[in-house]
Amino acid sequence: MYGSGRLGSGSHRTDEGCAVSDLVIDERGRLCPLPVIALGRAARDLPPGSVIELLADDPAAAYDVPAWCQLRGHDLLEADLGRFLVRLRAPEPS
Amino acid sequence: MLATSGPNGFLDAASGQRLHPAARAALLAAYDDGWADPARLYAAGRRSRLLLDAARASVAASLGARPDEVAFTSSGTAAVHLAVAGLARGRARAGDRLVTGAVEHSCVLQAGRAMESAGGSMRTVPVDHTGRVDVERYAVELAEPGVALAALQSANHEVGTVQPVELVAQAARAAGVPLLVDAAASVGRTSVPSDWDVLTASAHKWGGPSGVGVLAIRTGVRWRSPSPDDPREGGRVPGFPDVPAVLAAAAALEAVDAEREMLAARATALVARIRDQVPVLVPDVQVVGDPEHRLPHIVTFSCLYVDGESLVSGLDLAGFAISSGSACVADALVPSHVLAAMGVLTHGNVRVSLPYDVTEAAVDRFLQVLPDVVARIRTDAGAVGL
Repeated sequence: MYGSGRLGSGSHRTDEGCAVSDLVIDERGRLCPLPVIALGRAARDLPPGSVIELLADDPAAAYDVPAWCQLRGHDLLEADLGRFLVRLRAPEPS
Repeated sequence: MLATSGPNGFLDAASGQRLHPAARAALLAAYDDGWADPARLYAAGRRSRLLLDAARASVAASLGARPDEVAFTSSGTAAVHLAVAGLARGRARAGDRLVTGAVEHSCVLQAGRAMESAGGSMRTVPVDHTGRVDVERYAVELAEPGVALAALQSANHEVGTVQPVELVAQAARAAGVPLLVDAAASVGRTSVPSDWDVLTASAHKWGGPSGVGVLAIRTGVRWRSPSPDDPREGGRVPGFPDVPAVLAAAAALEAVDAEREMLAARATALVARIRDQVPVLVPDVQVVGDPEHRLPHIVTFSCLYVDGESLVSGLDLAGFAISSGSACVADALVPSHVLAAMGVLTHGNVRVSLPYDVTEAAVDRFLQVLPDVVARIRTDAGAVGL
């Protein structure tokens, strides 16, 4: 989905159209559910629309990060080789 | 009070359950009457033979097979390994590929990997979010040239979803490919599919003893024994069969078949209660598997932010034995391939599988303790309010 146009507001794009994260979480070497808990904490602390980059090499993260995004309604922008890019759900349009 | 999962809290029947009382009685009697070699012609040998034949006829009738189509193995896994290797050998001229589902028991997938090591190949057909195999994709794979055999479970052993055996069997028949149905999760619980060329099952899943598997091969199916020649079990399974254990297995299957509708209705209702109540009682839970087309006795759910190992030991301390498909519980630290293929949460996973003698009170008590166990683990992990 890299640069596919699903990336939202301009503030999260460089000129090349690449997503830029607001926060990088390095959970390499930690096992699930720890990387997902770290995502949950970051999601609590950041405003909607923020982009989080998660580095996690536990094999379970490949399944659990997408499942978490689905449960919470966040967008999984990229998931590749232990690197996940998540955009937090935007507030409901008023 | 510190408890460990006692008799009433045993909710892991799919891993193996206590011997059915009918099996225990048959086993003890058979140690007196069925100890001799059934291949010998003296009186004690003939008696063993008669008992073994009776057990075979009984199991065959339950599976919708002819007695001479049924052989006993030393486990369900051994039956699957023989089924796959024998069909691959019998079909060597047609091809060297196994087509199977992504959520099969690991013994099927390992048998496929053995074919790969021998120069063949394996194709795994994906499943949907409920764990049901994609019939159209299956049919496409079966129509490709070079397929030796197909294997499909009757129902999934981890999430309970019933597979579309009839539809896959039609596609296999159209392609001229023999179908192995791994019925281990269903036998003794639900009716057994009739559309199979080879069928496998495992006695300890239906209240029989461990160490007894079933390999049923329809007359006329091209199966060639992958083992060195041995005349036992119709030349299909080498070695002296454990006659008392086989008799006990047959006795258990007769007993649970006789009560199957009542047992299934009870389990179905208790699982429905768990499926309905768990998401109400515990926040952030994903109950997985098909809610309707499922085995009566299996339900699986995953609790967000909870690690599976803590859940297994927390519930054990509260008196309940359950299993988990989470990575931390597995030897290899990889999550269950079933949950992974379904695309559902793999951590915090609980599989509840009801034994035949489960009580309503045990299920209610499980539902009572579960929320506290989950909440405590989440609190300890600092994962509250996320």
